[in-house]
Amino acid sequence: MTVSIDLATAWAFIIAFAVFAYVVMDGFDLGIGILFPAFKPGPERDSAMNSVAPVWDGNETWLVLGGGGLMAAFPLAYAIILPALYAPIIAMLLALIFRGVGFEFRWRDPRHRPFWDLAFTAGSVVAAFAQGVTLGALLQGIKVVGRGYGGGWWDWLSPFSLLTGASVVIGYALLGSTWLIMKTQGPMQARAYRQAGWLGWATIACIAAVSAATPFLQNGYYQRWFAMPNVLYTAQVPLLVVVGSGLFFLNLRARRQAAPFLLTLGLFALTFAGLGISMFPYVVPTAVTIWDAAAPASSQVFMLVGAAVLIPIILIYTGYAYWVFRGKVGHEGYH
Amino acid sequence: MFDHADAVLLARIQFAFTVSFHFLFPSFSIGLASYLAVLNGLWLRTKDEVYLTLFKYWLKIFALTFAMGVVSGIVLSYQFGTNWSVFADKTGPVIGPLMAYEVMTAFFLEAGFLGVMLFGMNRVGPALHFAATLAVAVGTFISAFWILSANSWLQTPAGYAINAAGQFVPADWWKIVFNPSFPYRLTHTVMAAYLTTALAVGGVGAWHLLRDKANRGARVMFSMAMGMITVVAPLQILAGDAHGLNTLEHQPAKVMAMEGHFQSHPDGAPLILFGLPDQAAAKVRAEVSVPKASSLILKHDLGAPLAGLDTVPRADWPVVPVVFWSFRVMVGMGLLMGLLALVSLVARMRRRLYDWRPLLRFAVAMGPAGFVTVIAGWITTEVGRQPFTVYGLLRTTASAAPLDAPAVGASLLAFIGVYFIVFGAGTFYILRLMSHPPHPGEAGLEAGRPTRAAGIIPGGATEPEAGR
Repeated sequence: MTVSIDLATAWAFIIAFAVFAYVVMDGFDLGIGILFPAFKPGPERDSAMNSVAPVWDGNETWLVLGGGGLMAAFPLAYAIILPALYAPIIAMLLALIFRGVGFEFRWRDPRHRPFWDLAFTAGSVVAAFAQGVTLGALLQGIKVVGRGYGGGWWDWLSPFSLLTGASVVIGYALLGSTWLIMKTQGPMQARAYRQAGWLGWATIACIAAVSAATPFLQNGYYQRWFAMPNVLYTAQVPLLVVVGSGLFFLNLRARRQAAPFLLTLGLFALTFAGLGISMFPYVVPTAVTIWDAAAPASSQVFMLVGAAVLIPIILIYTGYAYWVFRGKVGHEGYH
Repeated sequence: MFDHADAVLLARIQFAFTVSFHFLFPSFSIGLASYLAVLNGLWLRTKDEVYLTLFKYWLKIFALTFAMGVVSGIVLSYQFGTNWSVFADKTGPVIGPLMAYEVMTAFFLEAGFLGVMLFGMNRVGPALHFAATLAVAVGTFISAFWILSANSWLQTPAGYAINAAGQFVPADWWKIVFNPSFPYRLTHTVMAAYLTTALAVGGVGAWHLLRDKANRGARVMFSMAMGMITVVAPLQILAGDAHGLNTLEHQPAKVMAMEGHFQSHPDGAPLILFGLPDQAAAKVRAEVSVPKASSLILKHDLGAPLAGLDTVPRADWPVVPVVFWSFRVMVGMGLLMGLLALVSLVARMRRRLYDWRPLLRFAVAMGPAGFVTVIAGWITTEVGRQPFTVYGLLRTTASAAPLDAPAVGASLLAFIGVYFIVFGAGTFYILRLMSHPPHPGEAGLEAGRPTRAAGIIPGGATEPEAGR
């Protein structure tokens, strides 16, 4: 597979990077929301939320860059995909509202804290599920007529999209639990280790199920994965997933602090690469390629100049913000 | 339900509803971020505790406002695609990059440093903390720059070409970014945000002064707010006038609707103060007007001819009564702000700023005035540019996504329900914070959140949420 680096390809990678950054960073925030009912009201819930409170807003901004970047660099794709996924996207937006205000409102209103904690959890679960459904619906294909969406408002609903929805909820929960392994200690950390154990198995089962179903969606995915000589390259992805999973459980058993989280990131990166193999160069499988959907070069160049300078700077100060709030939350303090 | 409704109309209601709600928050947080930066700077410079007290007091309100602004803003960035996909396809190559720049230069800056600003004072030290506060304030301004550039381009498109697929494509980025209405709209909107914040801060200060005129925090915030209004309100009236003249040049039909001028006036147009515009009959009923005054304001000449909507095809008319009335609400509120500026200046010169109760009551009543005015102003400019999304070039009816009415109706109901619950609760929490007088040793965001990463020992976990 040869990929010539043209503007559209560069933008496809930038947007893929933004989406990946969103998935792993807001993934652990949402994961904490998903796991929230498992924590006892009081100090446990407070530390869980405090471990992400200073960074969640920055994490969510990657979602805006992914969506905004898609509109700017591939307006046709944006115009086809969003109406096709109307219900899950609106559900995600509404859920993110509840999730986002949960961070602030629970401190302002102790009497209704259980309600805002519930809103935080429900918002996190629904947002994660809707994102998974969006992914599944995109993979299974969207009906395109002319320059627009040509289907109905329930076309996204299928066993496959429900599977991807559930998978994302489980995967995010794994990210959340491994994040808490890093950020907490004592009984809370012990619980996070146990949660990460079974969530790890569940995530791997989900990866296996989605991977097994994808080639049979009849969008040419089977060819990409199994035809010679492609299979020599594509086979590396599941192989690495197996290796990564093994390392994950070894490090979990050894009670390592950061390795489980980093290895989970690695697993997400591999599934993301797998997604790229399935889709590239389509942005709407199998109707619209990145070149069909690309904005004119004058738009893409104008943004590329900014992105090349700004995204590295963003990564630096985002790293700084994480560094300021490094270490365990809760006990002892750091100064 | 909704089976026979007009899907485009429902989508318009949904957009109007979500954008109006959203804009309440940034119009407060743009001003509040700058105010916090000033308070932070004054505290570092003078070491006067009152500035730290006020910083912590308003920081709690800022945190709530900002969170609501973020979550309601993400809705908008996706709604262009979900509900206005044809518009997104056609304008994406031009306004998409402007919004991408907004994300890359502003949203990340704000979000990245917000955590440090809110929770990091004990972690990074005062100087870096001040830098983070400044970064957030600058971020809110940069955000306004890009989004208003994009909005202004839709009002006064420039620097574009149209390609074979019917998309607007960039020809000259300088002309796109600095399109004809942009400098006016940016100035007017940012000053509106400062005024909105100053009115809210002034209203809160006055409320507490009415109960305790010796409260130092209340005195300082009230004085700062009234000073700001005294400077900005007159400037804003001038900026509004300049913006109006710019609109007359580029979007004359909008000004005709604002003025209620259905007919052309070849020798001096009257200024209609009040009346009931009747769109169908194309006239203003029960009109109270000043002869030739409109020509004086718009052309600076009593006898200057002014064209009316009779020169514009009916299919291109905006909804006149809405524009006419929202404009009058905006101007009326603006004049009241000018009056507040004047009265507070007189009180200050007579050394009665903190205890002249009629002024304090007036300031309390004007506390929410900025929000009303900002929304009225946006209704004027957005309804006034109808029936187009890209002025004169792309009709609103030709911009919508291919969605059925039941889908849009269901989402509209969901938005209304969720917004009233969530933002209703948020507004209540903000008002409750405002009802507590500022006091020395004001709790910051770290206190009462003992396990916050910013680090206070967990012994505090059992303490009541006093002063929060």
